[in-house]
Amino acid sequence: MIVKPLISPADAAGKIKEGASLMVGGFLGCGSPHTIIAAIKVNGTKNLTLISNDAGLHDLKNGKVAGVGHLVQARLFKKIIASHIGTNQEAQRQMNAGETEIELVPQGTLAEQVRAAGTGLGGFLTPTGVGTEVVKGKQIILVAHKPFLLELPLKADVAIIKAHKADKAGNLVYKGTARNFNPLMATAAALVIAEVEEIVEIGQIGPDDVHTPSIFVDFLVKAQQLV
Amino acid sequence: MEYVPNKEIIARRIARIFKTGEVVNLGIGLPTLVQKFIPSEVNIILQSENGILGLGPSPGKGCVDKDVNDAGGAPASVRPGGCFFDSAVSFGIIRGGHVDYTVLGVLQVDQEGDLANYKVPGKMIPGMGGAMDLTTGARVVIAATLHFQPSGAARLMRRCTLPLTAIHEVNTVITDLGVFEVFGGRFHLTECFAPYTPAFILERTDADIIVKNDCPVVTVEALSER
Repeated sequence: MIVKPLISPADAAGKIKEGASLMVGGFLGCGSPHTIIAAIKVNGTKNLTLISNDAGLHDLKNGKVAGVGHLVQARLFKKIIASHIGTNQEAQRQMNAGETEIELVPQGTLAEQVRAAGTGLGGFLTPTGVGTEVVKGKQIILVAHKPFLLELPLKADVAIIKAHKADKAGNLVYKGTARNFNPLMATAAALVIAEVEEIVEIGQIGPDDVHTPSIFVDFLVKAQQLV
Repeated sequence: MEYVPNKEIIARRIARIFKTGEVVNLGIGLPTLVQKFIPSEVNIILQSENGILGLGPSPGKGCVDKDVNDAGGAPASVRPGGCFFDSAVSFGIIRGGHVDYTVLGVLQVDQEGDLANYKVPGKMIPGMGGAMDLTTGARVVIAATLHFQPSGAARLMRRCTLPLTAIHEVNTVITDLGVFEVFGGRFHLTECFAPYTPAFILERTDADIIVKNDCPVVTVEALSER
């Protein structure tokens, strides 16, 4: 097995270039790569497009920020593609002020778009969103007289994901609900950087226990902050 | 008669709907309250769209696992026999018709079974999250809502005016005034909560409501027993 390079959070952040599309794993911060997020904030790489379940957390009243919300606060995104920004008041403010373009996508559609990109599909047909604003600009296809939306795959230049454990080859194991979008994003970006809490020798994760096969992972980063 | 908002009666009434073995997704906010009123002898399987089947109660202090949250981001637990999965599997479960009930809050719900709960243009734009998939995919869609908005207007309407989350998907609306089945382009009042009366509901709700012939008036106490 090929050993994957273990790089510093700063080196990981340096691989994200201005204008890149960036997938960030996590669900309201649970299962987000917090260490790499902090390093990207230090770099201040701008004009990124974020693809993520949500925009993290940001309460404008008490100033509490979490997850990818740190990067929204630093105004690194020209566009955010997410299913939910309700827990990030700053993202809503940026949207209403016309400062950041925000595309809201049904959560199941977003997950499947990422999966489709990673699994070589040209798109998929979903009943979700029929009869709503989500239809705008999309093709409706009838299957057995029932309307479906044609949704297209969604890929990215870089994905930063979070797993609980990796072996040195980059096989990943997730824990609890920290799994969420991470295994999907691992398949759908040109460059995949996995932040992990623990790195073990090759062979110490049994073949039956691997959630994300090593071939999807390019670099490993050791987690330094967990929230 | 004065209206006093009462979220608890909504949660108590919804909690009596489910049967052992059914798969239920409870939305964020009011629907989350339902969990604590489910009778102990009824053993349902809670689905949480962030990747759990067998969601358990909120863990006690000291038992919080940073890697186990519910779909609202709050610390959660998983029951014995439960499992975790990724978001594509989670929404495969939802769209695939494997969830029996979805209970979710609404801003507006109409007599056509349309609902709106993700966007007030120019004001509040939280996003739909999993709500569009849940309403499209679940076998039964239950809208759980206080009957009236703070302005006094009913959330039950002839036609929703806000951007829709889904069309023709709501089966039942449960408010703090009563239970409404939705079909045939009308609300059907099948149960009314004391001290309110069907007449009060009809007078204060601008929608087509059929009062079922034997519509009972139920007390909160009756919903507390079991």
